Amino acid sequence: MSAVRKSMPKSKDEPLVLVVDDFADAREMYGEYLKFCGFRVAEAQNGVEAIEKARKLKPDLILMDLSMPIIDGWEATRRLKGDPATKAIPVVALTGHAMTGHSESAKSAGCDVVITKPCLPHDLIKQIRKVIGGPQKKKASA
Amino acid sequence: MARESVAVAIRSSVPADAKLALLEELQRCKDAVSAAQIAADWLTTHTGAEKTVFAATDHIRGTLGCIAGSGLTPRQFKRFCLSLDDPTHPLVNALTNGSATAFQGSHDSRVTLFGEGSFTAIRVGRSEQDPALGLLLVGPAPAPPHRAARWVADTLAASLTRLSARDAILEEDPRLRREHALLNKIINAATDPIMFTNMDGQLIIANSRAELLFTAPDDVSEGRRRAVQLNNMFFSAALSRTALGEGEAGRRELLLVDPTEGSDLLFELLSTVVSDPREGAGVVSILRNITDLRQATRQIDENYAKLRAAEAEIRAERDRLNLLIDSVADPIIVTDQAGEISLMNNPAERLFTIVPGAGEDAQRIVRANDAHFTSFVSGLLSTGWELTRRGEIGLVDPNTGKAVPVEALAAKMLSDIGELTAIVTILHDRTEAIERAQLYERLKLASEELEGKVQSATAELARQNELLRRQALELEQASAAKSQFLANVSHELRTPLNAILGYAAMTLQGVSGELIAPQRRNLSRIDANARHLLTLINEILDITRIEAGRMPIQVVPFNLPELLREVISELEPIIVKSGLELNTRVPTDLPTIRSDRQKVKQIVVNLLSNALKFTHKGSITIKVTTVGSHSVAIDVIDTGIGIPKADFDKIFEDFRQVDSTPRRAYGGTGLGLSICRRLASMLRGTLKVDSKLGKGSTFTLTLPAVLKK
Repeated sequence: MSAVRKSMPKSKDEPLVLVVDDFADAREMYGEYLKFCGFRVAEAQNGVEAIEKARKLKPDLILMDLSMPIIDGWEATRRLKGDPATKAIPVVALTGHAMTGHSESAKSAGCDVVITKPCLPHDLIKQIRKVIGGPQKKKASA
Repeated sequence: MARESVAVAIRSSVPADAKLALLEELQRCKDAVSAAQIAADWLTTHTGAEKTVFAATDHIRGTLGCIAGSGLTPRQFKRFCLSLDDPTHPLVNALTNGSATAFQGSHDSRVTLFGEGSFTAIRVGRSEQDPALGLLLVGPAPAPPHRAARWVADTLAASLTRLSARDAILEEDPRLRREHALLNKIINAATDPIMFTNMDGQLIIANSRAELLFTAPDDVSEGRRRAVQLNNMFFSAALSRTALGEGEAGRRELLLVDPTEGSDLLFELLSTVVSDPREGAGVVSILRNITDLRQATRQIDENYAKLRAAEAEIRAERDRLNLLIDSVADPIIVTDQAGEISLMNNPAERLFTIVPGAGEDAQRIVRANDAHFTSFVSGLLSTGWELTRRGEIGLVDPNTGKAVPVEALAAKMLSDIGELTAIVTILHDRTEAIERAQLYERLKLASEELEGKVQSATAELARQNELLRRQALELEQASAAKSQFLANVSHELRTPLNAILGYAAMTLQGVSGELIAPQRRNLSRIDANARHLLTLINEILDITRIEAGRMPIQVVPFNLPELLREVISELEPIIVKSGLELNTRVPTDLPTIRSDRQKVKQIVVNLLSNALKFTHKGSITIKVTTVGSHSVAIDVIDTGIGIPKADFDKIFEDFRQVDSTPRRAYGGTGLGLSICRRLASMLRGTLKVDSKLGKGSTFTLTLPAVLKK
């Protein structure tokens, strides 16, 4: 089943999610699960790349890790939200810091939703669907 | 009878005291002329007569001539002189006429004394038989003949008779006259009042002293007159009280008043009855002023008493002085002019006298003390001008043989004339003073030493304080670093854990294809352990945050039943798996709570998880009640294994489970309840436990319904 699903060409109608995370395991995990759930996925390893791809691909949603090198999630979000071309794209921030203050600063930077890690892929999809709707569940949850 | 009626008439027309005054004045008179003048003046004053003349008979010369009068010119006065040999003369006739004879001015040319004016001639004489003493001529003649004039004539007659009797004696012999004058002088010179009174008490002779007391001239003050009256009264009373026999002297005390000063005078009255063949019997009274004598006696008594008192005082003073000298702790020695000791007090005796039976040493010491002292005193004696000498003497106590350093102060005692009477020496024992000085020195040293120690201790303390302050600072920094480190570590731990959990969940979900049973089972164990690890990390993070004070409270209004439904739904899989019955009892009228919703939820989740963990059969009940009007209580009641009472406090401590052995049956960090209790107290609430081993436990969270920041 999964092989079939994987090979299924993604329709242009499916929402595109840009997953931004410097930690490859996390980035690829969420990417794989999003694809599994029927989303189109693009990936970026840092803030600079994220801004470039956001401008180029115009994703339906950006999943943004906050702690990153070069340009961190806060700064990247601020720039995206400051750019008329990208400001409409919802940003869901992910942070590994449970310390309060991260959540507030992320919101003030322009993030629409802030999620604290660890966050199971299943729970993440729920949050994303709350923001953009997204493809119908292909399969009952495992 | 006629005499009496006259007297009554006078009383009625002339004041009685005027009459008395005349009597007194006449009494005092010493010669016929002044007596007659007084009578004439009195008549002019008191009867309204304009002219009054007294003409006296001179039987030796055979003439009748004026000797006193008033209202006449001196010429008229001198001219009046007529011979008694002419019996036809109306005035000569009047001398023999018992009653008054009235004359009119023109009646007879020989009677022109008062010019044309009328007058009355009244015979003055003791009796009808005796030759007349003279005539009292009063003009103008009153009609009827003046009774007052008649009375004056009689009174004058008595007075003149008294005077002529005396004069008669004096006239007999010039020697007698001289003697009389001498006697007069003598009795007047006597300092005691002397009086001679007739048996009726009438004053015949009084010396000048007596007159001062018993007679008052016309012009004296009323007070003095009154005093004289009183004196006369007292005197008469004193005389009449004693029936005196002839020749015997009566002696009594008589209190009189000094008329000039008003003070009391005490007299001793000596009265002697004397009889005179011519004058009859009389009383000679001599008053001796004993006022001063009495005062002197009293004075002497008083002085004697004073003397006795002074003597007693001196004796007491001397006793006091002796006591004082003896009670002075310092030796006091009195030496005479020669340097010999004349007096010393007890402390001095100890140093300067040899006690009977004393040893040779003691005797030697006393002699040495004496020598020292004598040389000191002679030092003062040898200087003529210095009055005091101060110096130090090294004495020795003969009883103990101990040195007695003394300070000696000697002073010369001088008499009024500057003559040396004694030398007083006071010895002041300096032993104590010296000891005190030594003690003071030692004390000063010790004090300085102590001060040094205190200073160094203070410095050390300051150093320690500084050290402590730095350590505190370092500790604070270390604590902050630790918190930061833990926060970082937990973050670093979460990142891989996130991946583990994520991949496990995805794989179990079949993202990577279907799993065979053993794969699924093993992957489930990876998932469960990873979840457990996450719980541990979260708890450690909570504790760290609470300790670092970085756990903020966010008060929001929320609905408690809804919160409970949320908790139950989150734990649903575990509840279902446990097979336990879960009941919730919530009152319908529960108010909206204002508190930190997330923390309340965390506590309830924890309590319910624990209940599920430690309960194997039976049920779990969540019961909400309102406590008072401001609080709510959430009870989580289970029928589990229970907790021994002794461990009620222990379970809330960090990293504690009742069973802390490595092989313990239940998992968990043991941080859960500790965190819950801290959170409850942050919400101003309490978390308490009640339990019975083997029966179950009840955890009660009590919170204020409205948490005020």
